Amino acid sequence: MQAKIEARDICFYYGDHQALFNNFLSVEKNKITAVIGPSGCGKSTHLRIYNRIFELYRNQRVTGKLLLDGVDILGPDTDILELRRRIGMIFQKPTPFPMSVFDNVAYPLRLHFKLSRSEIADRVEDALKSASIWDEVKDKLSSSGLALSGGQQQRLCIARAIAAEPEVILMDEPTSAIDPVATLKIEELMVELRKRFTVMIVTHNMQQAARISDYTAFFHKGEIVEYNDTKTIFTNPKCKKTEDYITGRFG
Amino acid sequence: MKKKTLFWRKLNDRFHTLFSAASVFIAVTGMILVLYTVVIRGMDAVSLDFFLNSSRPYGVEGGGIANAILGSVMITVFAAVLAIPPAVLAGIFLSEYPDAGRAVAVLRFAANVMMGVPSVLVGLFVYVIIVVPSGHFSGFAASVSLAVIMFPLIMRTTEDMLGMVPNSLRESSLALGMTKMRSILCIVCRSARNGLLTGILLAVARVSGETAPLLFTAMFADAWPSDFFTRPTANMPVLITEYTTNSPFAEMHTAGWGASLVITAAVLAVNIVTRIVFREKNNAG
Ligand SMILES: Nc1ncnc2c1ncn2[C@@H]1O[C@H](COP(=O)(O)OP(=O)(O)OP(=O)(O)O)[C@@H](O)[C@H]1O
Ligand SMILES: [Mg+2]
Repeated sequence: MQAKIEARDICFYYGDHQALFNNFLSVEKNKITAVIGPSGCGKSTHLRIYNRIFELYRNQRVTGKLLLDGVDILGPDTDILELRRRIGMIFQKPTPFPMSVFDNVAYPLRLHFKLSRSEIADRVEDALKSASIWDEVKDKLSSSGLALSGGQQQRLCIARAIAAEPEVILMDEPTSAIDPVATLKIEELMVELRKRFTVMIVTHNMQQAARISDYTAFFHKGEIVEYNDTKTIFTNPKCKKTEDYITGRFG
Repeated sequence: MKKKTLFWRKLNDRFHTLFSAASVFIAVTGMILVLYTVVIRGMDAVSLDFFLNSSRPYGVEGGGIANAILGSVMITVFAAVLAIPPAVLAGIFLSEYPDAGRAVAVLRFAANVMMGVPSVLVGLFVYVIIVVPSGHFSGFAASVSLAVIMFPLIMRTTEDMLGMVPNSLRESSLALGMTKMRSILCIVCRSARNGLLTGILLAVARVSGETAPLLFTAMFADAWPSDFFTRPTANMPVLITEYTTNSPFAEMHTAGWGASLVITAAVLAVNIVTRIVFREKNNAG
């Protein structure tokens, strides 16, 4: 089977500083792939290449190939707006837009699709249900998205990302700013999301990675030290470094 | 190790507290004194006629300040129309396109210089480039001079307010597939909306009392401001200056104070309303 995403020999530079070294990674479709590693090892940097959000900053540069369904997306022919519709991203801090709950989720719909008002309303409901937040907000769809709790805001952002009908969802420490109960909800949600999307998640929480992911990539100093199915990584790692990290001996 | 005596630390603390309290007292007293003087001296002039009648030439009985109020409103509103769109866009440029390099540095430097230029020079400048070539004073020329003063104020507050919007909001809107312009206008500016509106209103309030540039541009007229673009236009600041410093008639002195009272009340109202309205919204979100 063809990988959903395949990174081939990716190197990344912040100005003169090289942050990623020859990353190879192939991400399976409809699976959750966890990215772990000590702080500053390049997890976020790696993820931010997938939707080319790093291009916002002028001195950041990438080399190598990144294949989405076999097509290199780092080339100049890629339609960046369509790429970002196909690959959604959730950030560490929830980022609801300064508008109502409904409009937050309707925004990507109006942006990318030609839909009637009632179709938009239906899809907003669907997306909120998929993000398992519908029951909590169905009575306050018109109040500000900023007025929700942190955990609710994060699920609102997930609903917003889902509304764009992406194929891949990238999550960069989506639960690190959120309390344990809300975290649990989001973890359950991710397992659901796997049925429809390919999910990649950066996390510092070993249990989280072990609980929810199918595959795990261990990063160290900008290199992918080990990549395997999660069970193998956590029970029978091949590398000493991986073992040290997951058993909490460094990082 | 020798310990510092607590006595000195406490005395130090007392001293600073006292000093801050005294400073606040001086500032507030100053404001109250100004208000008090303006109210006492101007109260007698204020009546319904004062707000409804046009001003009259020297020595003619009666008359009000209605034409000056209307003229001032027209001059200020037109100045706002001229200044706000380009100033906000320039502020956006400064905040959101830092990669533009040299242009950003030049724009920011020019704005700083412009904010330091005395307003009388701005008046003189507009006098030379508009009033003299066109051959007449006009309300329009006055609007241009006020717009020139407003531009850097609004531009810098726009830049500051947008600068306070977290980068994650920009990234998340772009990550959703928005173009940069849409992300700036629909998400970033919207997020900073209260700050932007406050900045704009305070800039308008600030220039609405400017006098020096109007002396070179609008001048004054006892007529209603019907020829805004081609003739001298009545306005409050020049009316106050004329009536209180130039006129020999006691009645006009009082009218000048009355006009001062009106303009002070208006500026105060704009300030208070701005703060109340936007404070409430800020807390909500
Ligand atoms: N904007 C930047 N400019 C320069 N260097 C950067 C920048 N962002 C990250 N780096 C460097 O790149 C390397 C990788 O950073 P990255 O943020 O990808 O790490 P991370 O694995 O996500 O860490 P964390 O777990 O703390 O989020 C680090 O050495 C960091 O110092
Ligand atoms: Mg990170």
